[in-house]
Amino acid sequence: MDPVTLLTVVVLAVFVGFEVVSKVTSKLHTPLMSGANAIHGIILIGAIIVAGQTSDPWLLTVAIIAVVLATANMVGGFVVTDRMLEMFRGRKPAKADTPAGAGTGEVAK
Amino acid sequence: MSVLTPEWTALLYLVSAVCFILALKGLSSPRHARRGNLIGSAGALLAVITVFLSVKLDNIPLILAAIVVGSAIAVPIARKVQMTQMPQLVGGFNGVGGGAAALVAVLELGHNVDVWVRIAIVFTMLVGAISFSGSAITVLKLQELMTTRPVLFPGLRWVMSIAVLASLASAVLVVVTGSWIWAVLLLILGLGVGVLLVLPVGGADVPIVISLLNAFTGIAVAASGIVLENVLLLVAGTLVGASGTILTMAMAKAMGRGVTGILFGAFKGGSTAG
Repeated sequence: MDPVTLLTVVVLAVFVGFEVVSKVTSKLHTPLMSGANAIHGIILIGAIIVAGQTSDPWLLTVAIIAVVLATANMVGGFVVTDRMLEMFRGRKPAKADTPAGAGTGEVAK
Repeated sequence: MSVLTPEWTALLYLVSAVCFILALKGLSSPRHARRGNLIGSAGALLAVITVFLSVKLDNIPLILAAIVVGSAIAVPIARKVQMTQMPQLVGGFNGVGGGAAALVAVLELGHNVDVWVRIAIVFTMLVGAISFSGSAITVLKLQELMTTRPVLFPGLRWVMSIAVLASLASAVLVVVTGSWIWAVLLLILGLGVGVLLVLPVGGADVPIVISLLNAFTGIAVAASGIVLENVLLLVAGTLVGASGTILTMAMAKAMGRGVTGILFGAFKGGSTAG
């Protein structure tokens, strides 16, 4: 990929990243952090590529460790985010603003 | 298998990237948060299927076994952990992601000779290692396996400065020589910087630091996208890096604190809440 195309993609992604979360309410801070955390588990595809292209046993061992870690990040991240959001449903409206990150926070309605 | 042409691969990666954008968008609004998370996981699944169908891979049974093992470890923990322990769990998952990024980068060192790629490699290794060890300390603090109060010792500022300078020096050496020895040293120094970065942070501020390290891992993953010439890693990593930065600032603001104050307040002799 040529450097200018690369830079274009990065700059646009930065603006999209800023924009999509700019209006988040404080109650959703922890689930959003957790969801974003799961998304960077996409490093799994990088780990799969390096594991699939090496034959050296030592390098393969390291790559397989990377696959395990990345899977834990991605799968665990999505599961735990879903669990946090599941708790929001059926709960009474939130009392006051819980401090961000302390526990999970609740969502009104 | 390489069933998919490069065009189809790129198209499917684009669909995944859009899923991730919709996921972040959904997670920012109370009504669509859960659906957003589901869209994100669908995008991730699509990306994993795509990589198996587009790249010629050896060791597929081993890779699949590793994925099963990773899920078998993570899912029960994610299901059973108490609600109050969620922040440290996110911290832990974030740490292993950073570690994975650092390992992927170090493995690419043997392949590439291009200096720009090597710069991306050392960047990924350093940031990934900082995220890994920093997250480990956040987990220890929140689980109260170590003191939740800021850990300070005389000369911390100097130790930190030396560690940062040494890691930059070894990063330059890796770029110039491409040697494994310097790469291992760089990883160790990165781990040290991560520990030193989080030790002075007080317990109440730890969730904000987890969010910051989350953004760090995102940036490391983006750099690994440059290393592997993979646009999806680049886009997804950048999205998390950017949104994670905004989120960190929003969290700090909600608690009436500044991000620099949290990270460096202890260095200046000011106190952090703990």
